[in-house]
Amino acid sequence: MGRTKAIPVKVNLSKKEIRVIRRLMGREPTLEEWGMFDIMWSEHCSYKSSRPILKKLPTSSPRVVVGPGYDSGIVDVGDGYVVAFKVESHNHPSAIEPYNGAATGIGGIVRDVLAIGARPILLIDPLRFGRLESSRTKWLFRYVVKGIGDYGNCIGVPTVAGEVEFDESFETNCLVNVACYGVAKKDKIFLARFDNPGDILILIGGSTGRDGIHGVTFASKTIGEKSEEDRPAVQIGDPFTKKLLIETVLEILETGYVHGIKDLGGGGLTCATSEMAAKGGTGVEIELDKVHVREEGMTPYELLLSESQERMLLAVDPKGVDEVKKILEKYEIPYSIIGRVTDTGLLVAKFNGKVVASIPPKYLAETPVVRRKAKKPSYLRKVLKVKKPREPKNLSETVYRLLEAPNIACKEWVYRQYDHEVGVRTVLKPGEADAAVLRILETGRGIAVKADCNSRHSYLDPFNGSAGALAEAVRNVVCVGGEPLAYTDCCNFGNPENPEVFWQFKRGVEGLAYMSRALGVPCVGGNVSFYNEDENTRVAVKPSIVVVMLGLVENLEWVTTMAFKGYGEPIVLVGKTYPELGGSEYYHEIHGLTGGKPPKADGKKEKATVKTVMEAIRNGFVTSAHDCSKGGLAIALALMAIKGKMGVKVDLSKVPSSKPIRMDELLFSESYARIVLTAPNLDSAKKILKIAGKNGAPANIIGETVDDDRFTLMMGLKKTVECSVSLMEKVWRETIPKAMGEEAE
Amino acid sequence: MRFAVIQFPGSNCDYDVVYVLKNVLGVPTDLVWHKFFKGDVYDAVILPGGFSYGDYLRSGAIASHSPAMEEVKKIAEDGRPVLGICNGFQILIEAGLLPGALMPNDCLKFVCKWVTLKCETSGTAFTCMIPEGRLLHIPIAHREGRYFNTREELEKMRENRQIVFRYVDEKGEVNSKANPNGSVENIASVCNVKGNVVGLMPHPERASEKVLSPYKDCDGILLFKSMVRFLKS
Repeated sequence: MGRTKAIPVKVNLSKKEIRVIRRLMGREPTLEEWGMFDIMWSEHCSYKSSRPILKKLPTSSPRVVVGPGYDSGIVDVGDGYVVAFKVESHNHPSAIEPYNGAATGIGGIVRDVLAIGARPILLIDPLRFGRLESSRTKWLFRYVVKGIGDYGNCIGVPTVAGEVEFDESFETNCLVNVACYGVAKKDKIFLARFDNPGDILILIGGSTGRDGIHGVTFASKTIGEKSEEDRPAVQIGDPFTKKLLIETVLEILETGYVHGIKDLGGGGLTCATSEMAAKGGTGVEIELDKVHVREEGMTPYELLLSESQERMLLAVDPKGVDEVKKILEKYEIPYSIIGRVTDTGLLVAKFNGKVVASIPPKYLAETPVVRRKAKKPSYLRKVLKVKKPREPKNLSETVYRLLEAPNIACKEWVYRQYDHEVGVRTVLKPGEADAAVLRILETGRGIAVKADCNSRHSYLDPFNGSAGALAEAVRNVVCVGGEPLAYTDCCNFGNPENPEVFWQFKRGVEGLAYMSRALGVPCVGGNVSFYNEDENTRVAVKPSIVVVMLGLVENLEWVTTMAFKGYGEPIVLVGKTYPELGGSEYYHEIHGLTGGKPPKADGKKEKATVKTVMEAIRNGFVTSAHDCSKGGLAIALALMAIKGKMGVKVDLSKVPSSKPIRMDELLFSESYARIVLTAPNLDSAKKILKIAGKNGAPANIIGETVDDDRFTLMMGLKKTVECSVSLMEKVWRETIPKAMGEEAE
Repeated sequence: MRFAVIQFPGSNCDYDVVYVLKNVLGVPTDLVWHKFFKGDVYDAVILPGGFSYGDYLRSGAIASHSPAMEEVKKIAEDGRPVLGICNGFQILIEAGLLPGALMPNDCLKFVCKWVTLKCETSGTAFTCMIPEGRLLHIPIAHREGRYFNTREELEKMRENRQIVFRYVDEKGEVNSKANPNGSVENIASVCNVKGNVVGLMPHPERASEKVLSPYKDCDGILLFKSMVRFLKS
């Protein structure tokens, strides 16, 4: 061991990685260089475990302008405009400091969209917490929502959709994912690259402090008792500066002098400079002592690694520096000129004239892949083979109980706290339909957006669960009148060094890839968050690949909501019901059961269903649409009745299903590829059936809406379920406010 | 006729108001950075919503000291229309152009929802086209919108017809259920004695086109149309 020196700073690198770094460098790296490798080779920055698996996802289509690998995925929405979107996890910081953790998650994702030159127009936040009864969950839930609201509301970007799941596996590690979408002109897209040696580097926005140092290495660890000590690794958000930064950046980009731009997120200045130089095949020289700071005596190591918020790095044509400075001064945005792009192929960092780091950027940006072992988890044998529980005697009671289940209950408590209207684009608002619809002011068309994931299905079968999440997101944008264009995914898993967790990840991505191909919807970016695991109990979160969807609504007249619209309208069910209660809300809430056979995702069936519904909506045959998901057919019908404030009469014997099937399976099975529609009249309903027949989707008229408060589901002549719509609405509304100590509206 | 929308650092409904004035109403409108604002070239001015100066200190408090507000005061004294929406309302109150105070909502949370308003007076520059008693659907989105004033002041305001809109239910009744933030007497909007300066918490610019309204109406545009008619007459 004589020749290997001790590393002068704590690093999270494996022995093998340390050897590789020494070999690459051909000398002993400096303290600063060790820090830079440590951060860039962390799981969070490098995707070293996940990259080989993620390659399986299809990433192109005629609509895709920029796929994975840049700050945001970029998709053509027609008329010379593109939509850029990206999702990110902020799980670890939010589990320790929910308010700032969630707020800075928004801050980061907004910069990703801004960095391609797009104006951020909407936010989506999929959230996962432990059991709603737990006081830790209540604390996290309250402050995560407040953090998102306070930040998003202040910067004037509406939060228009999301989802909230409660499950015991998220007790320690809540999942806070945030997605942002922006609009830009197709011919004015900016990429995070240094292409032109001689360009001047301007660091703009918030000053650099010691906050967030090693945030990404923190995110690449599991959470334990000691995590409280990591609180200084959580950044503090400043939405006011962010709002100014948005306006400043968009005005600066208009000048045409900016050749490359990137936000400073995880990995700070190190990540931004090395990735931009590596992508452009150039070099870069920075003078760390020029960086504007908020704390005195910061060392070069700290300046290179700080993850202080609200900062962006611009590569500016030397001719345009004065004009850029003028705009920065108008908005009173602090900035510093910190260096220039070179042609040396080296990232050189100086401090007071002395070189502290000199590394070829690609060494930092191109991390060696780590091949992880995957092994089918042992728990699966047990949970997949549970005995079917006995059917409840009173199924009406079961419907009420499911409506008040936290995962199904009304989430108004959450979205009331978000400004979902700012921007005058929000056509369909939270709670109105299966997806939000925003108009694009510049083109008059709309986009449909939604995030979906079912972690209980994925736990039992990550392949089908993830495929199902993508299918659900597609159904949701189709239900509101949209056509799916592309998605981005946020993978949330436990420790990838555990082969059983890695198997979940691998199967989950394979399922996603399968459905992606089947439906012709490509993936344009994503985020992987590992180490969502309690260090003491070794409990990992249920595997959760959240799919964040972009759909195009060509014509805003096609926009459809889920509320029943008129009395006596025929109800059409598209898609077949199977006995698939594994991972259902019904098993969990009514029988306390984790297990059973989860729904199987079938690309052909999904395609038949969504094609049918798209065609039916476009022909004006549909008055309301809602897909069957949590709680199955019974809950889908109940929610449409609640929203429309009217009753239904349905004959369950008309429901297309496999035989034999039990009554509880017919009502609560969460089989995919199903959508409930209403038609304005019998003639239109029959036309929908015709379209379904043509597309090979099983479909039938199963009942009609009625002019009273009664929710009646019959089996032939026998009443199976009879509930009051107003009482259903009451229990559905009360759960969340009650848990949070408030009254329902 | 020329309108100005003043942009403070942290304004975030500025573009929305400009969009409605230019693209929906079709009137010439400038978005003006607060430092560059000169009042003499404009017929009316709108202070948009947002979080000016991050709402640090108190909502609207810092912006009310911007030199732009001296210009706005001149416009107000002149009798030209001045509208403050949400944060703009907070700024007008902080600047002393409107009576009362806006406090944190009684639920202590941010509230974003569509509410129903009743027009209490047609005697302002922004309601001259809205009949008294007419109900309007317009959304709110704020954390500090709970209007307050003392009993004596409220008495005076009633005498002077300074209460412009109240939060009501679908039947037009003023009651606590229809009150989203705990405002005294369900007050959503007030004006100065002359009626040319109006502040309101709801966002009319978000309710100016049918496509955005869950009720498929466009009540918000009536305020802007009133402003144009007021200037023409």
